[in-house]
Amino acid sequence: MFLYNLTLQAPNAVNQAILGNFSGTRQQELIVSHVSRIELLRPDTTTGKVHSILSHDVFGVIRSLAAFRLTGASKDYIVIGSDSGRIVILEYNPAKNVFEKVHQETFGKSGCRRIVPGQYLAVDPKGRAVMIGVDVGFENPIFACLEVDYSEADQDPTGEALKETEKMLTYYELDLGLNHVIRKWSESVDPKSNMLVAVPGGTDGPSGVLVCSENYITYKHIGAATLTVPIPRRENALENKDRGLLIVSGVVHKMKNSFFLLLQSEEGDLYKVTLDFVNDTVNDIKIKYFDTVSVAAGLCILKSGFLFVASEFGNHSFYQFEKLGDDDDTPEYSSSDFMTNDGEPLDTKVYFKPRPLENLLLVDELTSMAPLTDAKVLNLTDEDTPQIYALCGRGPRSTLRILRHGLEVTEMAVSPLPANPTAVWTTRLTADDPYDQYIIVSFSNATLVLSIGETVEEVTDTGFLASTPTIAVQQLGQDALLQIYPQGIRHIRANKQVTEWRAPGGRAIVRAATNRQQVVIALTGGELVYFEVDDSGSLSESHVRREMSSNVNCLSIQPLPLGRKRVRFLAVGCDDNTVRILSLDSSTCLEPLSMQAISAIPESLVMIDMPDQISEGSLSTLYLNIGLQNGVLLRTVLDQTTGQLSDTRTRFLGARAVRLFEMNMAGNPAVLALSSRPWLSYQLQSRIHLNPLSYEPLEFAASFTSKQCLEGVVAIAGNALKIFTIEKFGQVFNETSVALTYTPRRFVVNPIHKSIAIIETDHNTYSSQEKKKALKALGFDDEDAQEEELDPAVFGHTRAQPGKWASLIRLVNPSTGETTFSLELEQNEAAFSVAVLNFAVDANQMFLAVGTAADVTLAPKSLSSGFIHIYKFVDEGMGLELVHKTPVDEVPHALLHFQGRLLAGVGKALRVYDLGKRKLLRKCESRAIPNCIVTLHNQGGRIVVGDVQESVHYASYLPTENKIVVFADDKAPRWISCSAMIDYDTVAGGDKFGNFFVDRLPKKLSHEIDEDDAGSKSVGKGYLHGAAHKLDLLAHYHVGDILTSLAKTSFVAGGREMILYTSFLGGIGIFIPFQTKEDIDFFQTLEMHMRNEMPPLAGRDHLSYRGYHVPVKGTIDGDICEQYNLLSGDKKRMIAEELDRTPAEIQKKIEDMRIRAI
Amino acid sequence: MDRANLNSQLEHLQSKYVGTGHADTSKYEWGVNQARDTYASYIGHYPMLSYFALAENESIARVKFNITEKMLQPCGPPPERTD
Repeated sequence: MFLYNLTLQAPNAVNQAILGNFSGTRQQELIVSHVSRIELLRPDTTTGKVHSILSHDVFGVIRSLAAFRLTGASKDYIVIGSDSGRIVILEYNPAKNVFEKVHQETFGKSGCRRIVPGQYLAVDPKGRAVMIGVDVGFENPIFACLEVDYSEADQDPTGEALKETEKMLTYYELDLGLNHVIRKWSESVDPKSNMLVAVPGGTDGPSGVLVCSENYITYKHIGAATLTVPIPRRENALENKDRGLLIVSGVVHKMKNSFFLLLQSEEGDLYKVTLDFVNDTVNDIKIKYFDTVSVAAGLCILKSGFLFVASEFGNHSFYQFEKLGDDDDTPEYSSSDFMTNDGEPLDTKVYFKPRPLENLLLVDELTSMAPLTDAKVLNLTDEDTPQIYALCGRGPRSTLRILRHGLEVTEMAVSPLPANPTAVWTTRLTADDPYDQYIIVSFSNATLVLSIGETVEEVTDTGFLASTPTIAVQQLGQDALLQIYPQGIRHIRANKQVTEWRAPGGRAIVRAATNRQQVVIALTGGELVYFEVDDSGSLSESHVRREMSSNVNCLSIQPLPLGRKRVRFLAVGCDDNTVRILSLDSSTCLEPLSMQAISAIPESLVMIDMPDQISEGSLSTLYLNIGLQNGVLLRTVLDQTTGQLSDTRTRFLGARAVRLFEMNMAGNPAVLALSSRPWLSYQLQSRIHLNPLSYEPLEFAASFTSKQCLEGVVAIAGNALKIFTIEKFGQVFNETSVALTYTPRRFVVNPIHKSIAIIETDHNTYSSQEKKKALKALGFDDEDAQEEELDPAVFGHTRAQPGKWASLIRLVNPSTGETTFSLELEQNEAAFSVAVLNFAVDANQMFLAVGTAADVTLAPKSLSSGFIHIYKFVDEGMGLELVHKTPVDEVPHALLHFQGRLLAGVGKALRVYDLGKRKLLRKCESRAIPNCIVTLHNQGGRIVVGDVQESVHYASYLPTENKIVVFADDKAPRWISCSAMIDYDTVAGGDKFGNFFVDRLPKKLSHEIDEDDAGSKSVGKGYLHGAAHKLDLLAHYHVGDILTSLAKTSFVAGGREMILYTSFLGGIGIFIPFQTKEDIDFFQTLEMHMRNEMPPLAGRDHLSYRGYHVPVKGTIDGDICEQYNLLSGDKKRMIAEELDRTPAEIQKKIEDMRIRAI
Repeated sequence: MDRANLNSQLEHLQSKYVGTGHADTSKYEWGVNQARDTYASYIGHYPMLSYFALAENESIARVKFNITEKMLQPCGPPPERTD
């Protein structure tokens, strides 16, 4: 087995976010890190939308990011601290849309180690040095650190030194003259300090740092008085008063003459902190509640008045400031109120009342599926392609997301028409119009013209012939319009003067292709006539006509580049299964240049110029797209000098003949292809994408540009005219989500009724009943509490104590997305596992088994009792009814249906249960698993068990002896997070360090075990403290994120099977098995060249990254292979020569791998 | 390579890389170093940190703070010296 890894959707959790002018223009941009990927986001301050400009995989762990600017410059550079043991400085090149490495300095070993720096980064605000920064204007740069010296505590057995160990705030100064760092100042701070925020210095402010610690914020600076202010806490009856409050993130915002800080607590509350200062002396710090947003991994405030919140879990949000919280009645606390006479701060708590947003307004959201805890690929709603069902999010913000392959479409208008239209066009009135003015709709016997304004209205005085169907519409020359209809061509001048060209007697126009200067028509019988706009603006017919050998089925003319009068190529699709390229040069007018035979009759042709961003300058490539009647789309490159066709890419789109339409999407020319579902071929970030749209089938379409919508589409579906846009380019999945209450853990699907059963469990949370009880104990009655309830999706559930659990079981109908049943567990029980099954006694009745445990504590591990609940599905699978509850001694972490019984992993015991009247009956047990069973699979009598720490174990059930025997296990320990049985002998799994592996039982051994009914061979003699036999490792690969689900599936109808995985931070990817040795060799060599020619940007060695814990085995990284498209032309050719191919062939092979998958 | 040179090389490593072992490394020292290295690795690998945060239902920053605090004395106070 040899696998090809490809990321379908990169993890979208953000661990770092920075702000800067990375393009070197006045516009502020964001750079976010998705652990191993760096992405440039450009907020549009007029619309409030955030657009992704560039995303680049760096094949390393990004631990810190910082932006810096050289003194006097206007462009920001990016510093990356990663696991590479190197510091890398990147520059964004807006012309080529790439990140370029400016500098790389090696200072230590690779990996995230204690002794190698890289976790924290800070830059001097004037861009002279990098470390943790204190702003000192143009004095020598000073950096501040929080430090603990543990050497004393390590030596003292009495623990006295530990008590005396202090957390120190230390200033380091870089002497620019001597180029030397000195320890300048050190002072002890609160031992619970966790974060420093630099206060602006020099001309902007008093300089110094804010030390954030549990419950307090302290201002410190050399020679300055220490000021302390408590962090206001939420007014909450159920508050745990012993629990401290931490600041988790902060940002300083400098304005013209002042500055303020926004700090965020771990509950998500934002505080505005201001400093009262005279010259360099700070007199007072003030803090007040600002608003509540989701807990952030990074905050950025834009000069234009926006706040970007990179959430640690769930969607990232983009807010607009409506106010700065200056003049509201929220209480403000000041440090001067909290000082005793001797300068020690009071031990007090201050409170505020949380409320919905008042100062901020949500304007945009970026999807993040993190944390993604479980997923399955299923087709529950009977669609063309299967859907991915994923459990995402945490606590009250969690969701069940249903992902469908396709771009998300935003519908803007739908208007019914009197009859079924056959075609639609949009047109401008003059060449200089920025927007479309008319929509022209053609029916089988009439034409309707609609004018686009505030509303869309019918107009009649346009000069268009209304009593005939239309074949084509074009804005011609400077300010004329053209209508082509079966009997002729109507040329409408700006002054409404009409010139007609009539088709010769007995022959009609069947097809036409136009651009702003040139018109080609095909008459019945296959004759082509060519027209051109002459200098006087009138349309003149060429003296040459050409008779094609067969009927003309479609025509396309090359788009006219700006400032040109004529283009050279015409493509003609004939019903003898050929596409011919003709010349439009005046000397060789309509003479054939080349011809390509194809597999079916061409239905539609479109030629577009796509920019070739990577090769030099503004060069573009001319593509001919051919839609065939058998539903296949071909894309070939048309050589601009010879007219030869080469490099054909093929893709089956659907059962219907493919119609193509030229569009403008994502800022570039694009092609909309309509088959049994619409597809879009567009260019984004230097790659051509072909994605389906999540929309109904369309019959005809045209591009639509108006003030409100620059890149829209107007299309016909049945008798309706639809206008829509596409906003989220590059996101191959679109999602619908169902809100959940607590963190979802796992789910199963009832195979008969197709309902989804989800278990949700939150630690440290009051269940709704416990909450009521606790409130009652405090003297609140129910109605009071209801009134004051804040939306938990924003403010979170009330925090309880460790060891308190809230948990529920929910049934969701996948087609409507509604919750049909939910049951909250009582008595501090928490659900950990779930299975759907039937029992041998009554094969038709479906049951749900839920493994729970009561009073669980995480560290040290303990519980009062475990339980297995058995529920019966009622109401067509929409409801549940408790049958009974069986106590067990440990937490049941894994449950599975097994031969009409229940197989349960209870702690380290593997048991088979059967259904009894009062409880489950234990039938057999095995105690051969070392730690804790977390996953279970079975095929026939073979059981695969995943242990939390000791990888997978193979067991077989011996019915004659009613015994489970573990006969094989893995050679290496692995902390299993998920696993899947790929076939009878093979298992794939993921571990908590982000590795993926495939293990297989040797074929011969597998046969021997199966024939061994007595189990003597299976039991054998234990080997190396484990089972008698060992598994072979087939593949090993570091994905870089914890895998949370694995499934063998086929995503394309009739496509090959592959392994789909989801990862914790919201990523979706696949492993495709190779079929030929040639392909393996090819990609292995390509990968090797890519490592050399395009080493990862953060400085990490690609091979050692993919082999983080165990060397890579049997897997090729498709993501680095796809970066081939980003190489310069020279390097592309060089690698191609090494591989004995052309660059186009290599690109095709890379693209084919992706098409095979999705 | 002679013994003196080897020793000086080892000393160089020990001074440069905290946690490099020597002939007299005690069980306690070894354990403390291992725990600190583990915690440092947790903090460096963001997916792992967020995995813990989800299980404990705490913010990532809180988990990071707790782990950093644990690095001070991960295995309790050092044992009494016997010599």
